[in-house]
Amino acid sequence: MSTASSGFKLSEWIFTTDHKRIGILYLIGSIAAFAVAGIMALLIRIEQMSPGATIVSDVYTGGEQYNVWLYFHGAAMILGFLIPGLTGFAANYLIPLMIGAKDVAFPRINALSVWLFWAGIVLALLTFVVPDKPDVMWTGYPPYSIKTGGNLALYVFTVHLIGFSSILASVNFLVTIIYMRAPGMGWMQLNMFIWGCFTALIIQLVFVPVLAAAVTLLLFDRYLGTHFYDPANGGDVLLYQNLFWFYSHPAVYVIFLPAMGIFYEIYATMAKNRIFNYKAAVYGMIGIVLVSGEVWVHHLYYSGMPDWIRIGQMVTTLLISVPVGLMTISLFGTLYRGAITFNIPMYYGVAALYLLLIGGLTGIPLAMTVMSVHLGETSFVHAHFHFIMGIFAAFSVFAAVDFWFPKISGRMLHEGRAKIGFWLNFIGVNVTFWPLFIIGVDGMPRRYWDYSQFPAYFGNYHKVATIGAFIVATGMIITISNWLLSAVSGAKASNNPWGSKSLEWTHTETPPGPGNFPQDVVLDGNWSPYNYSK
Amino acid sequence: MKRVVSVMAMLGLGLTALLAHAAAPVPDPAASWNHLWRDVLIDLFIIGAVFLSAGLYWVFKYRATREGQVGEGPQLTKLAAIGFAVIPAFLFMADDFYLAAKGWTVWNEYRNVPRNAVEVKVTGSMWTWSFEYENGVTTIFDPDSKTGDGLVVPVGKPVVLRMNSVDVVHSFFLPEHRVKEDLMPGRVTYLWFQPKAVGETIATCAEYCGNRHSFMWTKVKAVPQAEFDQWLANMKQGGKGA
Repeated sequence: MSTASSGFKLSEWIFTTDHKRIGILYLIGSIAAFAVAGIMALLIRIEQMSPGATIVSDVYTGGEQYNVWLYFHGAAMILGFLIPGLTGFAANYLIPLMIGAKDVAFPRINALSVWLFWAGIVLALLTFVVPDKPDVMWTGYPPYSIKTGGNLALYVFTVHLIGFSSILASVNFLVTIIYMRAPGMGWMQLNMFIWGCFTALIIQLVFVPVLAAAVTLLLFDRYLGTHFYDPANGGDVLLYQNLFWFYSHPAVYVIFLPAMGIFYEIYATMAKNRIFNYKAAVYGMIGIVLVSGEVWVHHLYYSGMPDWIRIGQMVTTLLISVPVGLMTISLFGTLYRGAITFNIPMYYGVAALYLLLIGGLTGIPLAMTVMSVHLGETSFVHAHFHFIMGIFAAFSVFAAVDFWFPKISGRMLHEGRAKIGFWLNFIGVNVTFWPLFIIGVDGMPRRYWDYSQFPAYFGNYHKVATIGAFIVATGMIITISNWLLSAVSGAKASNNPWGSKSLEWTHTETPPGPGNFPQDVVLDGNWSPYNYSK
Repeated sequence: MKRVVSVMAMLGLGLTALLAHAAAPVPDPAASWNHLWRDVLIDLFIIGAVFLSAGLYWVFKYRATREGQVGEGPQLTKLAAIGFAVIPAFLFMADDFYLAAKGWTVWNEYRNVPRNAVEVKVTGSMWTWSFEYENGVTTIFDPDSKTGDGLVVPVGKPVVLRMNSVDVVHSFFLPEHRVKEDLMPGRVTYLWFQPKAVGETIATCAEYCGNRHSFMWTKVKAVPQAEFDQWLANMKQGGKGA
């Protein structure tokens, strides 16, 4: 996977400031986080297979083990896999290549970002080593997080490290996109993926500091004796929930926007078509940035907030459907009158169309205050956000690896194995999450490992879901090992195997060397990454 | 004459309003929820079916048939581009406001507690619920031994819970009654529900609260009014519960 041809040298990777190598380092870190968090998911699913203790030791201390799995699964999937996979790996590797730049604006800061991220991953993995394992979920709500015997500092410092890394990366890429586009490349000629990153990084830059502040106050309350979240001493429990979701709802768009960007690239390239109503999609993305900061209360619909704000933010939350709807129409419309080639990236692309609909539409009842009062905190929510934020976004990372695999590795991916992996993943996620939708409506709460108080048929649905999780696990083992095998033994790739019109395919070698472009890129007003039919 | 007409009209209006009020059915939030849920599912199914069938149809219809074929997607005129953005945007908004209005109506039922409601004070602590009635009777339920009365309520009368937590955030979730609300230290929150039939249901914690979160549940027993009064009086005298 080297981007230079002089063989592998470890020091070259550790001290690298090349955005392509840094991107690959992000990819390795995020896939590692995904693998460990995935194992946690399997443990969770095995435990839920039947009511009562299945693999945890007993009913009194079982929660201690189970809650650590839940904590690690959530925190590592979001902070360690999805955000770094999209705004770390994909953004790093592709932004300079797509805009015709030699590197990012601040290559050394970029190196700092990736190593901060790795430090965050290492800190998160210490969860399994320390005796007082963190059990605060990825949300860390006080007063529980302050009262628990679990290690809160580990959670807070992991957020700090990855947060710092994200803020630095946001500044870096925003400056790169604004100032380092190739001469002649106007804003309305940008790749959709660039727009996805640009809008996501604005959100990241604005909201991550709020999360950092929220968890820092948590740290002060726990270890320094302050009372920010302690009502007995004039603090407020809800303050934390507001601050946390003020960041964490926008964070789902930090994941969603680049993920959409990736699917736009795949659709346009594989359908050899222009983006349908490009500007509407761009304004849709900007619309999401504008509305993202006014919807967080939908996570607090039954938290004791004043009624007026529960209703006000029901309206703003429902209105998210407008920008997302415009983006969806553009995505689907890109197929219209296209010339579609079905290969592995497009398999993920078509799956995305379905995942986007299921995940998006099940968000609508959850946006409604009164529906959420029953559905909230049940496995319906769990299935909803896994469809849209989990699987849709994870599929975008897998699709990105598959789509840009020839460019990154210089070799073609083995399609047959990739397709087996795809089908297992796609079938598996449906088998896993549809049962959870159904028992969620019947009241199955989230974060329960024992559910004996509920009707016995819940157990059957949980069993089916567990089988689904193992189907996904098999699919992922095939997918990841196919990447590794194909990277060393795949057929040599040409510079532009998909016949794309985008700069990273048309103007670079495979894999791109240092400096990216053999000749400086100069474009004119007629250039577009989607100019297939003229 | 004019005056008589207007007085008559006002009387008539007042009477109608009075009759309407008297005839208004007892609000039943859980039934309204179920009804709205059905409407929402129909709404979602229609949107999903339109998009999914269009998407899948195009995926199959526009497969490349020869080498080097390129797509012929339309280059929209300025007017068409605006139309394809503004018209769907208004359609989506129409659906949003429709759902918001429907949701708000039911929400008002959820938040306006009927005046004749039985009030019970709920205290959450890691990991039990305790219930205090207006006459000072306190009950709990032990999920391990499955003993204790838990929450006992009269059928046909609305029940309002005033809730507070002594330690961390919990959430009182009544799946059968389609309602939950968080409890936390420093605030008193409330919810109400309408027990309709005699029988036992459960309430369970829906906000993560540590090791025994899964076990923080209680029996909810709905009994006829007379039996409820009897039980409450017995409990007051220190007698055995229901």
